[in-house]
Amino acid sequence: MVNMSLDLILLFALILAALWTVMTVRLIRSIVGLALTSAILSVIMYRLHSPLAAVFELSVCSGLISVIFITTVSFTQRISKEGLDTRRKERFVRFWYLPFILIVAGLLLSRYLWTPQFSLPALEPAKELDARNLLWHFRHLDLLGQVVVLLAGALGVVVLFKEPKK
Amino acid sequence: MNPYAVHLFGVFSIFVILLLITGVYCMLLSFNLIRVVIGFEILIKAATLLIILAGYICGRTALAQCIVITLIVIEIVVMVVAGGVALWAFRHNKNIDPRKLGNLKG
Repeated sequence: MVNMSLDLILLFALILAALWTVMTVRLIRSIVGLALTSAILSVIMYRLHSPLAAVFELSVCSGLISVIFITTVSFTQRISKEGLDTRRKERFVRFWYLPFILIVAGLLLSRYLWTPQFSLPALEPAKELDARNLLWHFRHLDLLGQVVVLLAGALGVVVLFKEPKK
Repeated sequence: MNPYAVHLFGVFSIFVILLLITGVYCMLLSFNLIRVVIGFEILIKAATLLIILAGYICGRTALAQCIVITLIVIEIVVMVVAGGVALWAFRHNKNIDPRKLGNLKG
């Protein structure tokens, strides 16, 4: 059985990290916030008995995707100080509602979902396989799909950055 | 079903919905292509958490992990292509504001 208080702390930290990601003005800080969100999510996944997926989440989503975003941002121009002040004001006008929306939605949802009145379908206890065995022996078509998706992504990037013929 | 599992599902689903709201808000009100992708990424985090939670409650964590690994691979490909599109837009328009991409034809 999972210790619920630690889970609640982690879930609140997850929402706060996501909120910071969305509300911060600088794009680099936003990317750091996203990496932090991924790291907290990977801890939650580890606590929900999914260590393999947690490692993937930590290394790929928290590490690799942050690197990709930072590389993308480094190709764009740095905003001037005046532009930053203007953007800060614009973003404040657009985003100051979000914390209130989240608080109100959280309070409303907690009334109905904290002790939910529905019942989940009863399942027979599954004969649990190891995740690696399941992935390699029963879900190998998924692996094929992953390879195809990776190739499609690589092709997409090549097409995007193809130099036009002169 | 174990009532503890139902309670756990209820508590976690509140935070999943809050994460979804944050992602959708970010996607709708950001005028920067990279921030739109970040909002999409937050939506994927919510979906990932829900899949892992479902696997934990149903006692099928291995299957949930397989699905999440596939999801992560798809996620990274989408992020790479979306980052490429943002860079492409910046090269051609010197801007990544989607409102200023009105000169696209096709």
